[in-house]
Amino acid sequence: MKTVSADKIKDAVARLCVEANLVLRSDVLKALKTALSKEKNKRPRRILNAIIENAAIAKKEKLAICQDTGLPVVFLKIGQSVVIKGDLTAAVNKGIVEGYKRASLRNSIVPCPVTRGEPGFSPAVIHTEIVRGDKIRITVLPKGFGCENKSQLKMFKPTASDKDIKRFIIDAVKAAGPDACPPYVVGVGVGGTADYACLLAKKALLGSVIKLSAPEKELMREINKLGIGPMGLGGSATCVAVKIMTFPTHIAGLPVAVNISCHALRSASREI
Amino acid sequence: MLFSGVIYTARDQAHKRLVEAIKKHKRIPIDLKDATIYYCGPTKTPKGKVIGSCGPTTSARMDEFTPILLKAGVWGLIGKGARSAEVIKAIKKYKAAYFLTYAGCGALLAKYVKKAKPVAYKDLGPEAIYRLEVQDFPLIVGIDAKGVSIYDKE
Repeated sequence: MKTVSADKIKDAVARLCVEANLVLRSDVLKALKTALSKEKNKRPRRILNAIIENAAIAKKEKLAICQDTGLPVVFLKIGQSVVIKGDLTAAVNKGIVEGYKRASLRNSIVPCPVTRGEPGFSPAVIHTEIVRGDKIRITVLPKGFGCENKSQLKMFKPTASDKDIKRFIIDAVKAAGPDACPPYVVGVGVGGTADYACLLAKKALLGSVIKLSAPEKELMREINKLGIGPMGLGGSATCVAVKIMTFPTHIAGLPVAVNISCHALRSASREI
Repeated sequence: MLFSGVIYTARDQAHKRLVEAIKKHKRIPIDLKDATIYYCGPTKTPKGKVIGSCGPTTSARMDEFTPILLKAGVWGLIGKGARSAEVIKAIKKYKAAYFLTYAGCGALLAKYVKKAKPVAYKDLGPEAIYRLEVQDFPLIVGIDAKGVSIYDKE
């Protein structure tokens, strides 16, 4: 057994909030630079250059990459041999508030989804997974809502074809159009239940955007044929990556979820 | 194009309140005549800075409110993404304009803001109306006074 104090988790979460919001993931930056190198036209090149410059300014000036510092989504992989001393959920949320305040991030969370109320920094959406071992892996994904609003779920018939699924994913990107800050990273979850497919689509965004499987590359090529481009003003980069996660499902169904990320795909992880 | 002058931030909740105030003939906290509205909710202002990260938010969410604001005198709109047919029609009618600015580039755009001050609806936090003085703020014409949209041309 290993004991970890809730305070230590709080500190780690705070640091991860700052890191994720101020320093663009190196794989995302690399994917954007690759998109720039492949783009020939002047306008999309200028926009991609601005996006890359923005990341450099954010890092140097300690400013948020985007003013939408997201709804913090926290993934916890907790080793089954770890004993946590203190209140885990409270520690995560305290860490969020501490990190967001420290880096002057935005208080975008309203307490009631219907009546709204005064915006604050927390609570985070927390996904907990119990795994083998004695470590805790914490990942903070501040999810911007311009792109979150473009999420889609479809419960296909089990007899649906590969082609039907691809069409749905491509159409989801088409529906997002210029609104959600393209070039996108397209997260896809296939299988499980309705809720689990949505979680997989979001989790898919955590994987490397420069290491793509053959089906991911193929979907990316097809999405880029849409020509939406940076800011939706045309170009060869409508998305810089597609990431797919799958899970077994029921004989009667085939859930497919799409979770789109804007070009500012932000996350940071740490193991304690 | 580059814009220098005064712009007011307003997003979802501020739009809702402004339109309610117009409909109920209540006091409007800013002068809407020829005003330029920027769909933006900045981050908190870091110490020693004029403003935090301050890029545009999705314009389409303001669509239902925009024709009423244009009727009330607003001239310029700044945001990201496409607009509804009703908004395009209203822009043409009132000879207004819709501009795009670099989306998801809030840190970059912060350097064009010379002064920032919350002037209304401060209880809304980041959704309050801020008066911004900007210099050489980069814009792309999204919809011109004739109602021609850049997204139709692409």
